[in-house]
Amino acid sequence: MAVATATVAAHEAHPTSTGLNSRKMLFWAFLGSECMFFGSLIATYLVYRGRDQVGPHPHEILNIPFTSVSAFVLLMSSLTMVLALAAVQHGNVRGTRIWLAATALLGMTFLAGQCYEFTQFYFEGLALQTNLFGTTFFVLTGFHGTHVTVGVIWLWTLFVMAMQGRLPRERALDVEIAGLYWHFVDVVWIAIFTLVYLIQ
Amino acid sequence: MATTTAAIHAPVQAESGLWSWITTVDHKRIGILYGTTAFVFFLIGGLEATIMRLQLMRPDNTLVSPDFYNELFTMHGTTMIFLAVMPLSASFFNFLIPLMIGARDVAFPRLNAFSYWIFLFGAIFLNLSFFFGGAPDVGWFGYSNLTSKQFSPGHGVDFWAVGLQILGIASLAAGFNFIVTIVNMRAPGMKLMRMPLFVWMTLVTSFLIILAFPVITVALVFLLFDRFTGTNFYVPAAGADPVLWQHLFWLFGHPEVYILILPAMGIISEVLPTFSRKPLFGYPVVVYSGIFIGFMGWGVWSHHMFAVGLGPLADSFFALTTMLIAIPTGVKIFNWLGTIWGGRIEFKTAMLFALGFIAMFTMGGLSGFMHASPPADLQQTDTYFVVAHIHYVLYGGAIMGIFAGIYYWFPKITGRKLGEGLGQLHFWLNFVALNVTFFPMHFVGLLGMPRRIYTYAPHMGFDWMNLLSTAGVFGIIAAVLVFMWNVSRSLRHGEVAGPDPWGGATLEWAIPSPPPAHNFGTIPTVHSLDPLWHREGPELVKTANRIGGPIHMPPGSHWPMASALGITLLLSGMVFGWWLGIPGVLITLYGIYSWAFEPCT
Repeated sequence: MAVATATVAAHEAHPTSTGLNSRKMLFWAFLGSECMFFGSLIATYLVYRGRDQVGPHPHEILNIPFTSVSAFVLLMSSLTMVLALAAVQHGNVRGTRIWLAATALLGMTFLAGQCYEFTQFYFEGLALQTNLFGTTFFVLTGFHGTHVTVGVIWLWTLFVMAMQGRLPRERALDVEIAGLYWHFVDVVWIAIFTLVYLIQ
Repeated sequence: MATTTAAIHAPVQAESGLWSWITTVDHKRIGILYGTTAFVFFLIGGLEATIMRLQLMRPDNTLVSPDFYNELFTMHGTTMIFLAVMPLSASFFNFLIPLMIGARDVAFPRLNAFSYWIFLFGAIFLNLSFFFGGAPDVGWFGYSNLTSKQFSPGHGVDFWAVGLQILGIASLAAGFNFIVTIVNMRAPGMKLMRMPLFVWMTLVTSFLIILAFPVITVALVFLLFDRFTGTNFYVPAAGADPVLWQHLFWLFGHPEVYILILPAMGIISEVLPTFSRKPLFGYPVVVYSGIFIGFMGWGVWSHHMFAVGLGPLADSFFALTTMLIAIPTGVKIFNWLGTIWGGRIEFKTAMLFALGFIAMFTMGGLSGFMHASPPADLQQTDTYFVVAHIHYVLYGGAIMGIFAGIYYWFPKITGRKLGEGLGQLHFWLNFVALNVTFFPMHFVGLLGMPRRIYTYAPHMGFDWMNLLSTAGVFGIIAAVLVFMWNVSRSLRHGEVAGPDPWGGATLEWAIPSPPPAHNFGTIPTVHSLDPLWHREGPELVKTANRIGGPIHMPPGSHWPMASALGITLLLSGMVFGWWLGIPGVLITLYGIYSWAFEPCT
């Protein structure tokens, strides 16, 4: 057995068959899997649309102007995510911190909007158990919200690393992968917003 | 993010002891863990089957109650699919893929350890149901709305749904890992079309896993929501359609069938050429048909649902796609026959199992083709004819293929060959007994005996055939005992194998048996599909064994195991209560963060 010697980036620097980074490839595969996950949730929502025995129905309760604003907030967080990645890739420590925090805060704003929306619907008579709309709507958007929550925790973790100076340019990939996740969650929201809110 | 010192001074791998197995990230050790664990569950699943066959030995038998019988067939199916065949295949993926592609380990060794531990914990959790108020009793496919709180008030269904979620995490993690390993970790020169066929089938299987498991995850999430929070996903009174479950389940379930069989097809595609002394006939065509099967596997799910009444259009479509998928499968069978045609055949045990696979799988394929036709299927569905079909493809197919693989690679794994005499006895006992057990089921089924019913009335014309099936089970048990005896004897006294006991063509035979922790001293460059059979062979063997410089192997880690434990406790909390769930959440968070920030992989 040879003596183990290593450098921090031994694994990263290891040449791969395709030249693509293995962690990034793993993450793309994971996002493929996530497509099937959200695909199944969205398909169920669509299959059950209009089959409710009792109200409230989507058109009575969905507040498009309000959700358009929170959708805009989430889209803007993708922009700040891109800026955070650009900053870390250029070794811009201050920019990295600012844009990571901005992205996380925008994500939290979206989540706050979702909390408000859920409570509002509940007081208007739509609970998880009320009808098929309540069941499929809350589970679909709830899972999306859970994904955003995981992303926010991830972003704050990166932010703390950036504050401690443990996020140098060489680790830009960490931010890039978090960014892939974040953009994916955004794209899923565009699909949900279109199919659930806009096309009723 | 970390200092370098930890990695340099960390021991490469503790050589022995329990802790070294708990913290191991070595793909070979994880493969062995997968294999032995899965074999234990294979025995448990076999025991469940034996009790069922004893109950069905004669009409109006009262050995077990109807309720317990329901638990038995549910747990037999779930165990054999998720705890035996899939992890047995995973054990081959683990042990062999890095060796076959010329890598030191998989792309993510700690994620690999995580897969194993969460599989083990999920399997234990599922089987705990026997001791906590009864095992699941709704069939391995758990059709709604039999699974609703109203019709299944006990905890059995909760154990089943949560257990499958935990096992799903194991499969998904392994799926991602092997896709990246195969795409990204190949030795220089090993183009995609120079990969051994087993590697190809693992790649296709991994894609099926990562795309199919999210679908059942969602179906099970709906079920758990219905049971725990009173939602309406499968509640007809609220306007829901219980057929939604069937669509989601079989949209996962049919790709799952190929997840079970493609690895076995990959195994025999390695065994047949070696013992025929001929390269695989029509290699590219076998690769393409494997990929085609992987694609088409997504377009046939509703053939499990012909009896639902989806209408003539849907039925015709799925009948056609089902018949179409028989074509690439048939192509493979002809390629295997073409491989042995004119070869210098050696009838070693591994070869016998591979040939047995072809024969038995073809029979299972033919009965499968019969119920591709909706009118025929309506006659056969829910009868023992279907039981005969699945056991020909999964026992005669997948399990025989796995045994072929065990006999073929046992020398590589342990350094010793399995006894050839006992091996031949194992094969013939198994081959005869499986036909005695499962062949009469075709007739019993066509005579109208329904599946999943705990007994039958006398004088229906199938008394003696049921007795025959039960007798056959004892032949299978004898065969398995012979195999276990053979393993325990050969581990101590088996013939020492050397690096290449069979004259194989692929990279794993270039290095010692068992391989050193780092696999290859120097990663060789590959110039052909069967490198060891080419002129480059001897030079390649020298390179593979020559240590050309410092070798970095990842240190062991206990965080994958801790994270797997945390996630299992977290999800078990749904059944057992918050006092288990809360610690689960904390351990999960602590485990994942410690893992993420652990120095240097």
